[in-house]
Amino acid sequence: MSTSAVAESPVVPGPETAYERPNYLNAVYGVRSWLLTRDHKRIAILYLISVTIFFALGSLFAALVRLELLTPEGDLMGPDTYNRVFTMHGVVMVFFFLIPAIPAVLGNFLVPLMIGAKDLAMPKLNLASWYVYNIGAAFTLWAIANGGVDTGWTFYTPFSTNYSNTYVISTALGVFVAGFSSIFTGLNFIVTIHRMRAPGLTWFRLPLFIWSHYATSLIIVLGTPVIAITILLVAAERLLHLGVFDPRLGGDPILFQHLFWFYSHPAVYIMILPAMGVISELVAAFARKRVFGYRFVAFASVGIAVLGFLVWGHHMFVSGQSIYAATIFSVLSMLVAVPSAIKVFNWTATLYEGSISYQTPMLYALGFIGLFTIGGLTGVMIATLGIDVHVHDTYFIVAHFHYIMVGGTIMAYMGGLHYWWPKISGKLYPGFLSRLSALLVFVGFNLTFAPQFILGYLGMPRRYWSYPPEFQVLNVLSTAGASILGVGYVLPLFYFIWSMRYGKRSGDNPWGAVGLEWDTPSPPPTENFYTTPVVTHGPYEYNREEVHNRMTTEATLG
Amino acid sequence: MESQFPLFPDSASALSGDVDLLFIAWSAVSVFFTLLIAGLILYFMVRYRRRHPEEVGASERAAMWLEIGWSVVPLAIMLAMFAWGTRVFFQLYRPPKDAVEFTAIGRQWMWKVQHPGGQREINTMHVPVGQPIRVTLASEDVIHSFYIPAFRIKQDAVPGRFTSVWFQATKPGTYHLFCAEYCGTEHSRMIGSVVVMEPQDYETWLAGGATGKSMVASGAELFQSLACVTCHRAGATGRIARGPALEGLYERQVKLADGRTVIADDTYIRESILTPTAKIVAGWEPVMPTFQGQVSEEQLTELIAYIRSLGPVGSAPAGGTGGPAEPGAAPAPETAPQQNREQP
Amino acid sequence: MASQPLVEPHGHGAPHHAPLAHQFDTLEQQKESSTLGMWLFLVTEIMFFGGLFLAYVVYRSQYPAAFSAASHSLDVLLGGINTAVLIGSSLTMALAIWAAQVNWRKGIVIFLLATIALGSVFLGIKAVEYTDKFKHHHVPGASFHFEDPRVQPEHAEIFFSLYFIMTGLHATHMVIGIGVLAVLAILSWKGKYSAEYYNPLEMAGLYWHFVDIVWIFLFPLLYLLGAHAR
Repeated sequence: MSTSAVAESPVVPGPETAYERPNYLNAVYGVRSWLLTRDHKRIAILYLISVTIFFALGSLFAALVRLELLTPEGDLMGPDTYNRVFTMHGVVMVFFFLIPAIPAVLGNFLVPLMIGAKDLAMPKLNLASWYVYNIGAAFTLWAIANGGVDTGWTFYTPFSTNYSNTYVISTALGVFVAGFSSIFTGLNFIVTIHRMRAPGLTWFRLPLFIWSHYATSLIIVLGTPVIAITILLVAAERLLHLGVFDPRLGGDPILFQHLFWFYSHPAVYIMILPAMGVISELVAAFARKRVFGYRFVAFASVGIAVLGFLVWGHHMFVSGQSIYAATIFSVLSMLVAVPSAIKVFNWTATLYEGSISYQTPMLYALGFIGLFTIGGLTGVMIATLGIDVHVHDTYFIVAHFHYIMVGGTIMAYMGGLHYWWPKISGKLYPGFLSRLSALLVFVGFNLTFAPQFILGYLGMPRRYWSYPPEFQVLNVLSTAGASILGVGYVLPLFYFIWSMRYGKRSGDNPWGAVGLEWDTPSPPPTENFYTTPVVTHGPYEYNREEVHNRMTTEATLG
Repeated sequence: MESQFPLFPDSASALSGDVDLLFIAWSAVSVFFTLLIAGLILYFMVRYRRRHPEEVGASERAAMWLEIGWSVVPLAIMLAMFAWGTRVFFQLYRPPKDAVEFTAIGRQWMWKVQHPGGQREINTMHVPVGQPIRVTLASEDVIHSFYIPAFRIKQDAVPGRFTSVWFQATKPGTYHLFCAEYCGTEHSRMIGSVVVMEPQDYETWLAGGATGKSMVASGAELFQSLACVTCHRAGATGRIARGPALEGLYERQVKLADGRTVIADDTYIRESILTPTAKIVAGWEPVMPTFQGQVSEEQLTELIAYIRSLGPVGSAPAGGTGGPAEPGAAPAPETAPQQNREQP
Repeated sequence: MASQPLVEPHGHGAPHHAPLAHQFDTLEQQKESSTLGMWLFLVTEIMFFGGLFLAYVVYRSQYPAAFSAASHSLDVLLGGINTAVLIGSSLTMALAIWAAQVNWRKGIVIFLLATIALGSVFLGIKAVEYTDKFKHHHVPGASFHFEDPRVQPEHAEIFFSLYFIMTGLHATHMVIGIGVLAVLAILSWKGKYSAEYYNPLEMAGLYWHFVDIVWIFLFPLLYLLGAHAR
């Protein structure tokens, strides 16, 4: 999707002077210029800082969980503390890291760039979204600082409404408020993708990253309000004694689960769909080949978004819902796997006859495909009723969704950050160190979560502070893996920050990738493009003559 | 349980083997596809590695047959697995007719188990080998989940309603009983054991323990002491009867005042005791007071055991007509004594 | 987005037509964007209230007698008046937009103020009803009391829980709407809107009509449905 406009434009200087040109980073200075910015790229940086802090916090809780589970008896902390720790791990990771991570950081930065727009359609709303996120985060942090919450991130009633003695209301409000930031982002993306595309950029010329963000935004807009009202009802039940789910009044705790999972299952797709978009970009860029079956991959995103709303009941197979309802949810859940399988096969087929280089982002992308395949297949296993009864609420489930969330979403997020970091900062990071960290993440991840599949089938229930001694060996393995994983995550933090000051200049397009975002300087100017690009063909066209000719030498990354 | 480092769980119920087979089959499919994808990726990585910096990939050769193939094949495999898995699931949730009734009531943080003979245990459950056992579950506070990994069964105990699960132990031994739904501070301590014994050992154990009254007997006593009997009186006719007699009621169809028909199962009887106004039997006045707060979950299960003993499904006339609980225009009790006589 | 005017090399300092934000190329594109955004926002609102309506439907079918008895205790007359008031406010809102279309500045302000007044009347009547509920101990919680031998008070309590949360959230939306209209009234007074540009009025109108429609559903569900039964 190169544009002749930029390639031929005489205004654009060569890469060697790129950094001196005015760009979004050096256009204005000062804290005020950041806190009041309406530039989607700066807002993406603000989000990057916020979600990184929450990722660190969530990881800290994860580390405490893994340390506690080193021994069968709860030695490190009491059960009440442990219950709060795993709850805060879930709440922080799900609502304050996984859901916003890719859309609010990479999406915010790239959606306008990829469609040739000057900004998102509603820049003020975009900034508001970041503030709203932080207000929600403040509520949650306040709850954490006061001792946290112990309901599990699922807030199941009646435990959350009538029995827990912790800070449920402020956490619930935090999640409620943060939900609005998602809605603002999703709404903004939909409007932007509909109304702000560059001339000639038809729907089927859009990069798959845009398709997946469009599908994600649909889920956000349709699903988030439902969790908002559900969580509000929980808060109202605690605060005002409005007993909508209270079994003592004849209320139905299962109704809460239906409402909760109606959002929270699609929320999984809010986390994974943008990741899939990132992987499509990475695979195309590092195989230098058009994504195989572009239309199938694009429609698979929309298919996942739609089907994702019909499968929530698979979280409730043993809750006492009708066995016929369970049957329907089971078959629908399997249907969701079809578009996911289509994506995996198409990415693999993209590699065929490609020109594959093993830069760091590609290592993450290939790791993603493998881990997502395992996560997806185990997902279909637990959608199978006969198996789910046994492994429901055990470590099998924990392993499965970590393969999707950590092996999927976080791998893609890291891959995406490494791929677009030169675009964001204009700098290169150390190649060897970054490849090492990708390897550590992959190895550490598998060592952490593969044993949990076995633990789960052995029957170890999740959210256990102490456990029967025969489960210890696998738990120790898992903790060992987590420590490797931790090192893998800490390294990038250091070399990204290092690269901002000491990194080599990347040039405009260090990967020799195509796409509108690579047709503008790195870092881009405030208005993104010097001239509005005119698009004449589809994405990922590496074989077109003119692309071939101007393909720059790949930057050396170690 | 002997092994310090097991990799596969004990398998000790009539259906655990079926679940394992399903799981192993699925695992094989998963491993196959994972290796397929990983193998292809590794092969392509080597075969199509970038040889000089300006090289680009070949242009795409779109192949519709491939797209359709890798949509349809996984779909077919999944539908087959779905059918298989659902079959196992239905078996897991449909107890045989001859199952013996136990109850297990969850509360923070223990399982209170009651045997049909009235024996009570906490966090331990002695059961005979080879006997199908249906466990009625209830909760006194939050949601718990009754989980016996060696039997591959699990069912949530939800406050405000009954759920049930069944199993048939096949191997004597001691197995874990877990609470699988997070329920607060001592969730991980809400664990116990299921002791599977040879039938004669079980009898000895039953005899040795403090024998309480059987559940039916306790229920009958409650039926008197709560004065249920003053209204729900067998053989009462006309104006004397203020409520329908309950003989032969269990698992029969009941016609309601609003025209609906419901099956008189555990859940219905429970609701009728706690919320008498929710479903009014056709032909009767809504005069029954609620017993909410007056009967515990345990007593509820005893009352239901008693009502069940008044008329098992087998003894009721087929088709659900003419039963005492379905009086139509005329009050039913006339037919009740007949029902009673059929009881052994 | 077919026609693409030349874009200035430095978008920031470039003189735009006053109400055109820098990220847009044309007023039309800007209007389309905000309209689409508003509709999407209303979709989220529908999902938001949808969760509540679902809960209502579930419990209503579970406890029909208690719900109709509890529903009977609401004042249909006050609810009816409020429905009329709200429909009237939708009319004045539409008239405010019409006034903008015909370039009648004073008319915009008059009709916006009328809408605000009607909205306030609605909230006033709602406050009267709430007070009544407190007096009769129909507010869920420790002091809840509901006398009807045919139904269990707990189930009526669920009805009132839903009643308060549904009408409460609706009223919250009204308060926000009144705030927005007040700002718009001031801006209209300053002459910000005309036949050429009145998009914010239209957006606020969409929102106001939506809040109105929510009430059109709430009124029969809470006040009318089954209130006469048994």
